[in-house]
This record gives sequence, structure tokens and C-alpha cells, in this order.
Amino acid sequence: MADNPNHPEENDEPKAGTTRRGFLSQLTFAGAGLTLAPLLGAASTKGSEPVLAAAAAAEITTVSLTINGKKHLLSLDSRMTLLDVLREKLSLPGTKKGCDHGQCGACTVLVDGRRINSCLMLAGMCAGLEVTSIEGLANRDQLHPMQHAFLKHDGFQCGYCTPGQICSAIGLVKEGHAHTDAEIKELMSGNICRCGAYQNIVAAIKEVQNA
Amino acid sequence: MAETFEQAEQAAALIKVTYEEQPAIVGLEENLTSAYKPAAGLGGAATQVTRGEAEAAFQSAAVRSEQTYTTPVYHHNAMEPHATIAQWEGDKLTVYDATQSVMGVKGLLSVTLGIPAENVQVYALYIGGGFGSKGFTWANTLLAPMAAKQFDRPVKLVLSRQQVFSTAGRRTQTVQKVSLGADSTGKLAAVKHATISETSFVDEFVETAGVATTMLYSTPNLDVSHELVRLNRGTPCPTRAPGEAPGTFALEVAMDELAEQLKIDPAQLRLINHADMEEQKKKQFSEKSLKECYQKGAEVIGWKNRKAEPGTLREGNYLVGYGMATATYPANRSASTAKATLFADGHAEILCGTQDIGTGTYTVMTQVAADAFALPPEKVKVKLGDSSYPKGAQSGGSQVSASVGPPIRAAALGAISKLIRLAIADPSSPLHGYKEEEIMADNGKIHLIKEPGRVETYVQIMNRKGLDKLEAQAKTNVSTRPSTPAPAPAGSPEAKAEEESKANKAVQEDEKMDRKDYAFHSFGAHFVKVLVDPDLGMIKIDRIVGVMDIGTVMNLKTATNQIMGGMIFGIGMALMENTQYDPNNGRVVTRDLAQYLVPVHADIPEIEVHFINKPDTFISPIGARGIGEIGITGITAAIANAVYNATGKRVRDLPITPDKLIS
Amino acid sequence: MEPFKLIRVHDNQAAIRTALMAGSRFIAGGTNLIDLMKLHIETPKQVVDINKLPFSGIEELPDGGLRIGALVKNSDLAYHPVVIKKYPVLSEALLSGASPQLRNMASVGGNLMQRTRCPYFYNTDFACNKRNPGSGCAALTGYNRMNAVLGTSDHCIATHPSDMCVALAALDATIHVQGTKGSRLIPFGEFHRLPGQTPHVEHSLLPGELITHVDIPGMSYSYRSHYLKVRDRASYEFALTSAAVLLDIRGGRIQKADIALGGVGTKPWRAVPAEKVLNGASADLQTYRAAAEAALSQAKSYKDNAYKIELAKRTLVRALTTAAAIS
Repeated sequence: MADNPNHPEENDEPKAGTTRRGFLSQLTFAGAGLTLAPLLGAASTKGSEPVLAAAAAAEITTVSLTINGKKHLLSLDSRMTLLDVLREKLSLPGTKKGCDHGQCGACTVLVDGRRINSCLMLAGMCAGLEVTSIEGLANRDQLHPMQHAFLKHDGFQCGYCTPGQICSAIGLVKEGHAHTDAEIKELMSGNICRCGAYQNIVAAIKEVQNA
Repeated sequence: MAETFEQAEQAAALIKVTYEEQPAIVGLEENLTSAYKPAAGLGGAATQVTRGEAEAAFQSAAVRSEQTYTTPVYHHNAMEPHATIAQWEGDKLTVYDATQSVMGVKGLLSVTLGIPAENVQVYALYIGGGFGSKGFTWANTLLAPMAAKQFDRPVKLVLSRQQVFSTAGRRTQTVQKVSLGADSTGKLAAVKHATISETSFVDEFVETAGVATTMLYSTPNLDVSHELVRLNRGTPCPTRAPGEAPGTFALEVAMDELAEQLKIDPAQLRLINHADMEEQKKKQFSEKSLKECYQKGAEVIGWKNRKAEPGTLREGNYLVGYGMATATYPANRSASTAKATLFADGHAEILCGTQDIGTGTYTVMTQVAADAFALPPEKVKVKLGDSSYPKGAQSGGSQVSASVGPPIRAAALGAISKLIRLAIADPSSPLHGYKEEEIMADNGKIHLIKEPGRVETYVQIMNRKGLDKLEAQAKTNVSTRPSTPAPAPAGSPEAKAEEESKANKAVQEDEKMDRKDYAFHSFGAHFVKVLVDPDLGMIKIDRIVGVMDIGTVMNLKTATNQIMGGMIFGIGMALMENTQYDPNNGRVVTRDLAQYLVPVHADIPEIEVHFINKPDTFISPIGARGIGEIGITGITAAIANAVYNATGKRVRDLPITPDKLIS
Repeated sequence: MEPFKLIRVHDNQAAIRTALMAGSRFIAGGTNLIDLMKLHIETPKQVVDINKLPFSGIEELPDGGLRIGALVKNSDLAYHPVVIKKYPVLSEALLSGASPQLRNMASVGGNLMQRTRCPYFYNTDFACNKRNPGSGCAALTGYNRMNAVLGTSDHCIATHPSDMCVALAALDATIHVQGTKGSRLIPFGEFHRLPGQTPHVEHSLLPGELITHVDIPGMSYSYRSHYLKVRDRASYEFALTSAAVLLDIRGGRIQKADIALGGVGTKPWRAVPAEKVLNGASADLQTYRAAAEAALSQAKSYKDNAYKIELAKRTLVRALTTAAAIS
């Protein structure tokens, strides 16, 4: 969205932020003679011999997960969070990683019907729990009412926070503590939308609450 | 190279870097004496602008206001962190990148990796927000292809949120001195706006905070300057309305201060100093309805309820304040190309090498294309975010709709024109022998205007000819830059489109329009009502009304959403966002979303957005100017002015946090 | 994150035994532990999942008090009918903390154990005596707007971030723990430790000890209470300042006051000097202001946080005024 107001076309020119002048111009001058080899070689030839640090090996944990009604028996690195298992192991990338520290809500999923931040949940601790991600909300081609309401009220722009907002909104409605606009806003505050579609999200939630 | 995220993250933590420590130059305000004047801003933008004799006129003005305003470093914090996936097949590279310019990334990778541009394929089908941070290309986009080559396998590289704070740009800190001199009626005699911001030691970026000041109000004497201080920080980059966002904070609070000195209503002061023309470039505005914005905004917010004397209006425990400010952002347009295809099954497709960063480009361009194709939107597929498509605009400068809308429209019209000519030339067509001008397209059919019964469908015409598709390309060489865009290099896909466009009526009409006497700007007005708890310094924004003059509103839903989003970005700037660096070593301290606060649901008041919706017939046949950035301009000042009106406390240093109101 | 063995335990003794192994950490909600492990601030070798232990109940005690299992989720506690009715200050405090998602995950025991959000603790690029004893405190001369003004030392100025703990401090809660030598009780005020010269020692649990539940004593129904939190944004943020107040007012006179402050102390801050001013005094603004002065009389500010002293006073005055006005 943003760039130079006077000469937007300038930004079609390639720009590498931190090192544009030093790095890019050097490379540009090298011109056609430049190939990948020297660029890549630099990493291994410059500097002293690397000191290899000893890394502890991963611990494997076995867990049976129920995701969107389907059981998966998985052997996992014990460090894997539910979020990373969904995205990297189960090809369910609808759930998003915005901060990885429970500070944005993009990773919100429903566990036993309750909304949680999947980035702070170890997958190995999810045995016996029912996990529902954004992919599990629609009934075949029939969107979940909350999904439909988000579309109707334009409750998003870029869409990155949207799966988390929708799961969170479903959790909110089920919890039943939000009766006013102010309460909806307070109880949706764990889901950041940087694009600022907040007002439309509240409208979508109210529609589902009143349905 | 790691197999998993967990391995990669663990391994990275084991890397120990040894380096020689040198004293760091870390604070802008501590280093103002080392400021220097940059030659130009991004793309050669003028950074030192004068007219008349500003200093003398300021000194002799009847009423003077001179204050320094400061804004902190801000980080874009799009919800999606920067990320790149790279894969080589032989000497061909495919990259999936979170970028605001697939074409820019293609060019950059070609240059930096020393491979022909045609060997680089970049995809960005969906982008999780950009706000300028994905307009520049950062290390991730270069490192992923290098690693993929080294290990001969696909590589994914995603920045952590913490890394985004140090390696992917930011909005610079600014120190802005604004001096306004007026006569006793409020007419501005002199405007001076001096900005100092920071850049890095490896590159130069100017936050052109004074750029809007050169054209926003009528004044014979003006002095706008920009200086930079080099700090040991990464290079800043554009952030939603770079320049205008922090610049309008300073200018529009200064106008409020001047209004108070003059005892003139702040909205009235804006009307007194309304710029009927662009006085620096001495050009007419292509379309300007700013006065209506003030009027409508004042009416909707209930501006008459505002008390001129600060701190005199209460609601329960709260002090109530009203504030307003002008919004403005240039309307940009650049040369763009698009390809339109009609298929024999009755659907149509648009290819354009621009991208949708969440602003609604897919939606709005589907509308534009559907209108031109005379097809229902569900029959039209708009494809973006692919560097193999004809070159479209970068998503920056609020220019995408104005830039790619016209060639998309022209390409679709071109395809229909070809279809009509096929029918005319075909003896088995009921339209055989008529002239193109006598025929119109409507809902998947073409018919004779004077005899609508003489009709056939697109599908019939194509089937009869045995065509499975019919293509047309268009390039509109129109730019709001002073210079005419250069022709496309011979043999390039754009050159082919350029050639075809010579016979495209829509392109020709668009290109032949004389624009050189016009200045293209969007305008608007924000009106804000705040409630302030005077004991605790807590600010609650009660209402915001924004009235925007942005040419044709192409889609009320997405346009309203864009403006609201800009306003909410502005709420963040005004009340909470700020990046803090350690004063000792210069590292970012507030480097996550718990320490760098952006607005949450509970911060959002009732927001009302209104549009003037008057087509700008000079910018393009579509009549729309951009809307991605104007919403954030002026809003910080409107909030600060409302807080002053509520409390009598003038905070000139953003953000306005409780500590600043209780001190 | 460093690799670790995830161990699920099903009884207290197994939990305690496992926890005695070097490098063990209990995990319940994980909202703070996983967060810190991702930043290499916590590097346990064994993570002991205690969610199957029987500490998920909330029960009323014969003396009118309430027993809260350590595994009770913050949201379940906040919305529990007895808590809402008898201990609204606890409900208010809980609901002002974190987000609904985090409250659905975080446990009561974990909330007690949560560590500071000082940005210098959270970033291994900086010196921090809490994270790396003896390395120094970068916050002392760094950006310290969010740091503490009460209970600080030359070694650490990190605030305790919990809202729930501020309410529990005012409510005189007792923490029940089990260890190898059986069970014991820890009065709330003795659970968290001041930084002094050992900021890395944050609580008084012995190795292997497991928090099983928290008791809140029974209260007189005439108590009026309020939890007030002041912050830069309207929600989902740690406190600049906060106050939990409980007042027993009869005939315009304060019979008893229980006061705790948040956002300003290196531990959940029981404001005893304020209580001394309030007890027996007339329930009016003058008294509240005197109490606020007393509460912050020992405060010491740093480069960026002097405002917290004034803001904390105002927060306490407002909380007292609000509570006293409840009928």
C-alpha cells in the first residue's frame, strides 16, 4: 500500500532494504559475469573454521490427535506445537502463525469447543482432545454461519487473521458472555486484525448471535 | 539447512557471533546536530521546497505559532511475517514471496543472482498485509534461493515476529518543527515545516513528512525542508502514507494551535486557507471536494457541540473533546499492462502482474473486468500475483486501482471488440455487415443497438469460428509522474501489448487526455470525539467520522473497509504504537506484539465513513483515485486535537499515553 | 526450543518424583512456559504434563472459603458463580488479564508461577540477572517505562505481571503445595520473593514441590471490592498500574481494608501502609489520598517510569472510590 507518493513507479525497481547501496550495486556492477557460485561460495570460504556446537537430539513423542473429526496417529518431535503440526504435518495451513507467542490470536483453534492459541499448545498434550481448525468448520460446501457472516459483512481485508477471528468468534458465541457491542469487542481482543476490519467483524458476530 | 522448523530454530540459537564492539549511535534526538540534507527522497522526490520569503513573512506575521512535534519509530506489523519459498529446477528459479511487487522481486532476483529475468518466476497470490514493509525486498527473499541452490532442494524461510522488528524496515522517528504565520483573519502568510528523521549508515531513506505541507493550504510563502541523521539502525522504508502520516500530525496539530490563538473555529481556519489550486506546481486539481468533506463531517459528528474552551465539556467522569483534521494523499497512477481472454465456454479471464495485498484488488478488478466484458462477475476470473503475467503496478502509493483498472478495462473491451468484428465479418452471423459502433455487448451477448433482437452470444460466435479462446492485451502508458513512461523494450511482452494497444480505442482515449496541467490528490476530513478520564489519563475514542474525497467509489464495502483500516492504523499511531530502542546498544527492546501495541477490538470506537463519490475524470476513465493510505493521514492530529479540546493538554509527542496526560 | 522429553504423569507422587530430576518443569496451560522455551529462556530437559492430576475442581469450604484447584483454567475461575458472587475482585482481575484464548489455557498454578514480562528478561541478547544470574540488569539504564517502582533492587527492577495474583494477595489466599516430605501451606505474601541480590529466585517452592490448590478464606458479605487496571490499550495488555481493593465500610467508617497493587511491584504488592491508613478511618476521598500516598511512600523510580508512582496513587484512589460507592 505504502510507498513513495511522488514517484510510485520507482518502486518497480528492485530494492534491497538494508544493503541496497553496498550489496546490490556491487552485484549490479559485477553484471553478467556474476553467477551464483561466488555468492554462495562466500559463506563457506570466508572467516575461520567453524566451531561446531553440540546440539541435543530431538525427543520423539507419540500421540493420537483428533483433528476436524479425523484421527491421526503421529510420531512427533516433542517440541512441535499444535499450530506447527496442523500446518507442517497435516497440510492444514488455514491456521496462521502471526507471532508464535500468544500475542496476536491468528493461530486460534477450538479444542473441545473452547478457543485457544495453538502456538502455545504442545501437540503432544492434545491426546484425547477434539481439535477443530478453520478447515473443519464448513459442512462440505455449506459454510459455517460465522464464515458466511464474515463474508457478508466484509469482516477481513488480507485474510491472514481471519481463520483465528472466525474460530475465536465461534468460541465467543458458545461461551455466552458477550451481550453488548462493548462485550463482544472486549472478548474478541485476543485477535488482532492489523488491517482494521474490526467493526465489520463485530457486525458479523452479532448477526450470528441474533440468528 | 534444517529439515524442520524446530531443528532450524534450535540450530540458529547455537550460532555464536563474535565481533568487535564499537560505540553505537542510537538516538535521533541525541544526534540532531549531525543532521544533513539529503539530495532527494525515494525516486528523486524533492525534499527541499520553497516559495516566496517564508522566514521574513513568518517573522512579520500578526499571529505566529511555532512548535516542535515528534513521532516515534513505528513498525508495520502486517499479521503475516515476511516469508519466502524458493525452488530451482535446473537454472530456473521459482519463488513464492510475501511481496507487494512480484515484478520487483523478479527483477531484483535476476540482478542479484545474475540469472536472466525470464528464468525467475515469482508468485504472491495472497499476501497477509504489507503496509509498505513488503514493498522493499529484504534478506529472506535473497537467502532462500541461495540456500535452495546450495542444497539443491526447496527452501522455506519465514521471519519470526521478533526478526520483523529488526530486519524488515520501519517508519522512521521524526522531529518536526512547524511554524505558521497568519494575519488576524487567519489567512496564512507563511508556512515552514522542517523535518529531521533517521536513516541507516548503509542506505538513505527520507520520511517526507513535509510533502503534504507544500500543497495542502494556500500560502504565498513556504519553506519545507528535510534532514537526515545516520543511526546504527537498519534502513527504514515506506510505511502506510510515508511522509503524510507523521507529517499531517505535525501540520494539523499546528493548525489547531493557530486556530486557538486566532480564536477561530479550527474547521473554519481550514476553509479560510483552502487551496483552490496546487500552488507549488501551479496546477489545477483534477477534482477536489474538500469543502464538502469538512461540511459533512462537522454535521455528522455534531461539531456544533464542541466548546472552544478546552476542558469544559463533561459526560459523567469523562472530559469530552472534539477534534478535526484534514486528510490528504496524492493520487498516483503508473503504466500497466493486462491481458484479457474470452473462453468458448462463456467465461473470461484477466491476467495482470500486480498483486492483492488485502486491499480488495481481486474484487474490484473483477467488477471492472465484468463491466467491460459485459459478463456477470461470477463468469470472470481475475488472476494476479504471478510474475509471468503482463507487468502490473507495484502495490504501493495507493496506485493499484488507478493503474491497473484502465488496462484491465481496455483489454476486456479489446477482446469484445475483436469478437464483434468476428461477427460482423461472418456471413452466418445475424450481425454480419453492420458497423462495430452499431453493436453493443450485454450479459454475454452482442446485439444491434437499434434492434436488440438481432443478437448472438459470445459462445455462439466463438463456437462457429472454432475458437477455444480470444485474447486481447492492453498497455496504458499513463503516469502521474512528470515524465511520460518510456516505451517497453522491444520484444518484451509489454511491447507486444503496446503495439496492440495502438488499435485499442479505450487505451487511445485514455492516453490522449492532456493531464499535464492537473495535480492529482485525494482529500478528506476526520472528525473525532474523545472521552478522557482526567485522573487516570485514559483516552477512549467515542466516535470517528471520516469523509473522503477519493474520486469514484468502486466498491463501497471494500472502500469503507480500507478507510476504516487507515483510521485504525492512525489510532495505533496516536495512542499506543511506538518502537523503543535500547539507549545503550541500540537493539530493539519492544520487539513483539505484547510490547509493541497495536489496536485491538476493544480500542475501536464507532467509526463512520462517508464518501463524496465524485468521479475524477482526469485520472482515468474509471474515475477512481487510491484509498489505501489517505485514511491514516490527519487522523492522529484529529485525535490529538480532540484530546486537547477535552483536557487543555497539548501533547506534541506521539503516542499520547496515560503518563503524558497526568504529568 | 531445546529438545525435551514430554512426560505425562497421572498421580501426584509420580509428578513430584519426575520433577526432582534435574531440568524438569511442570506444564499445565503452558502459556508462559512454551513462550519462554521458544526464546531459549526456559530450557527444560523434562516437561512434566500434570493436566491429568486431580486438581481441576472448585469447592466451597465449610468455613465459607473457597478451594481452587491448581489446574482450574483462568476462564473457568473467572466465570464461576461463587467467584462472581463472593469474590468479584478475583473475577475482575482474571478477566482483565491476557485474552479469552489464553485464559482458556492458563491454569491457576501457572498464573502463580508466571514470570516477568520485562523486555530485557525476554531477550537473550541483553544482560539479565533473573535469566542469567550475575550478568547484570540491562533494564536499570535501558528503556524501563514498564518496570517496577516498588520492591526493586540494584539487581532487578522487573514487575510481576499477573492480575490474578494482585487479587489473591488482597484476598489473603493460601497456597497448598505437595513435595517429597508431604504437604504444606504457604501464605500468599510469602510465595513470591523480592529480587534482592537473587532475582532468579522468584518463589518459595522447594525442588519437586507441586502446587495443588489455592484457598481463599471466607469473607464477610459486607465487603465491597474492585479491581482497576490502567493500561495503554483497552485490552490484552499488562498493567501500567492496577489495584485490588476490598473495603468493609460501616457507618461511613472503614472497618477493614485489604489492598494490593499490580504493575508497580517486583511481586504482587500488598499495600500494608495503605491499609494502616484506611483501617478505622472515615471513608472519604481525603483518606483514600492519604492511603495512596502511604502505599507509594517507599517507591523508587527509574529513567522512564516516574509516572507510575503518580499513576498508581490515582489508580488506588479511584479503585477505593469505586468500591466504596458499591451499594
